[in-house]
Amino acid sequence: MARQPGHSIVARFSIEAVRCIDAAGRAVGPLPGFAADKRELAALYRGMVLTRTFDQKAVALQRTGQLGTYASSLGQEAVAVGLASAMRPEDVLLPSFREHGAQLWRGVAAEELFRYWGGDERGSDFAAARADWPVSIPVASHVPHAVGVAWALQLGGAPRVAVCVLGDAATSKGDFYEALNLAGAWALPVVFLVCNNRWGISVPVERQTAAGTLAQKALAAGIEGIQVDGNDVVAVREVVAGALDKARRGGGATLVEALTYRLGDHTTADDASRYRDSAEVSARWHEEPVARLRAFLTAQGLWSKDEEEALLGECHAAIEAAAEAYRATPPAPPTAIFDSLFATLPAALEAQRREVARRGGD
Amino acid sequence: MSQPVETTYRECVKQAIREAMIRDQRVFLMGEDVGHYGGCYAVSKGLLAEFGEERIRDTPLSENAFTGIGIGAALGGLRPIVEIMTVNFSFLALDQIINNAATLLHMSGGAFNVPLVIRMATGAGRQLAAQHSHSMEGWYAHIPGLKVLTPATLEDARGMLWTALEDPDPVLIFEHVMLYNRSGTLAADAGPVDIAKAAVRREGSDVSLLTYGGALYKTLEAADKLAEEGIAAEVVDLRVLRPLDTATIVASVARTRRAVVIDEGWRSGGVSAEIAARIMEQAFWELDAPVERVCGLEVPIPYAAHLEQAALPQVEGIVAAARRSLGR
Ligand SMILES: Cc1ncc(C[n+]2csc(CCOP(=O)(O)OP(=O)(O)O)c2C)c(N)n1
Ligand SMILES: [Mg+2]
Repeated sequence: MARQPGHSIVARFSIEAVRCIDAAGRAVGPLPGFAADKRELAALYRGMVLTRTFDQKAVALQRTGQLGTYASSLGQEAVAVGLASAMRPEDVLLPSFREHGAQLWRGVAAEELFRYWGGDERGSDFAAARADWPVSIPVASHVPHAVGVAWALQLGGAPRVAVCVLGDAATSKGDFYEALNLAGAWALPVVFLVCNNRWGISVPVERQTAAGTLAQKALAAGIEGIQVDGNDVVAVREVVAGALDKARRGGGATLVEALTYRLGDHTTADDASRYRDSAEVSARWHEEPVARLRAFLTAQGLWSKDEEEALLGECHAAIEAAAEAYRATPPAPPTAIFDSLFATLPAALEAQRREVARRGGD
Repeated sequence: MSQPVETTYRECVKQAIREAMIRDQRVFLMGEDVGHYGGCYAVSKGLLAEFGEERIRDTPLSENAFTGIGIGAALGGLRPIVEIMTVNFSFLALDQIINNAATLLHMSGGAFNVPLVIRMATGAGRQLAAQHSHSMEGWYAHIPGLKVLTPATLEDARGMLWTALEDPDPVLIFEHVMLYNRSGTLAADAGPVDIAKAAVRREGSDVSLLTYGGALYKTLEAADKLAEEGIAAEVVDLRVLRPLDTATIVASVARTRRAVVIDEGWRSGGVSAEIAARIMEQAFWELDAPVERVCGLEVPIPYAAHLEQAALPQVEGIVAAARRSLGR
């Protein structure tokens, strides 16, 4: 490039994109080591199938008045499962609200998730994964939390990492940028996983930002940004594993942009056909992650019809049992509204609690 | 006055926006999902087709930015209507609303008025849980430099926006989520209404029930119940929380000598406390009984329907408080 005297280029940037298995289920190059083990691939496949089964059941429960408004992760299973499979149990997950697959993988019970989405906050008091956070409803406000968690983990001295999942639209917010900057400045062990499903309710990502990639938003904060095919679970796991490993070794934060697609409505309260062309959605079904991995496994002779049927049956039974347990949970008594307000209820609120007890028959 | 037409609160807000946009080319609407989606409470459905993307603007997900942009646009000569999905997300824009919109006139030595209107949904009852359901209008009413409107009737839903847009200062309009589907009749050509005075919605001589917003209808229902017992309750709709119309409150209390404040917001430090204090200051010698309060319980609004309802003021509670003030 011709330059004026006195002008020079002081920085150049580029963004790398990673894919291991293409939409047709073919390996595009040598696969990461773990992919040589059939059990590893089968586990990833099971995680995605379980997630999809959970989503279907949750939507069915909502449609029949048995669950509250629900955000399905249909089409995005590889992001949730890929990232969770790369994490260690002692890492900390700070999800947005579409990572059921990651939560299930990390030991949150399907029954607990149903309870949360059914309007019972007790569902977020997980029996396992005790350090993982509840979903973040105010968009992106958990990104600074993740940085704070990472700081605490760093001070704690153990090689643990905070993983924060957020959407494409969430990257428009100031708290996202501020948190990213701080994570860079303090070289903290955190991975920001931006799940770019191309839509933020009715706003497509092209109208959300003029940035060509969301990964490049990391560069201004001085941290690495990388893009991955978010419908390729093998690639997601590999890229997130790399970011986690770097963080554990003191290499600081990474932003991973996973390119996927929201095949469903924003939530059960939405009807995306009002603002989204159905042809666009149909085309995206050819890239979806579950069929992709199944095609790969089948082509490699690693997966049979019997195995498929057994897996579907097993996932179905597990989710049905969880739904049954959820339905059998007695509702919280009215006084419960005071029980998780303070560690000890201040005396000044006792009168209000007694009033509820008197009215509420408990 | 023209023929009354059957309409809803939602439709009234929409028509108010439409008329403002037709009347004044400087007016535009911006916020999250206001365009193609039609607004998260379907208020702006159809407006994109009528006015185009220049004037019905879907913003990126960035409350602080688009509220600040509203301030800039207002100072630049436009008349923005900023829609924030719900009061809880207005907290992302607090720096712009409180540190900036409310203080720019002061900080500019009187040079810069901020003719900005911000609309947002408020209140509980639709099972939207602890991060979409609070009633924070009383808390905004704490801020000097802001005007805070709480339209409860179709007439106010239709007429307050007009007056707010003509106001040179920042105005916040709180639309209670339980009101959007409320239907009734309104003159087809209903026009602007004042944004200064409280309104007596029902006259009575025994006790004053002071309320606003979504709680107005529960209060009117309570007044019906009290009437069955021979108690004539007066219902005052505050309409505007800042500046508060103390004169109407005091005049009502002077007539009835008893007051119950009904506020879906939290009790401690809330709008109900302010009203009770003003009654103490200005009508103490008129009172025959202590001021009673019926408020939302001081908890985050829970999701489950039975818990949510337990946390909110209800008709029976209002009736009981009125009875107590009458010593019954
Ligand atoms: C601060 C805030 N503003 C607005 C909303 C309403 N809202 C919920 S989800 C959403 C879009 C999120 O899009 P994205 O970040 O891409 O995540 P996705 O839903 O696609 O997973 C919006 C605007 C919210 N929850 N929080
Ligand atoms: Mg999105």
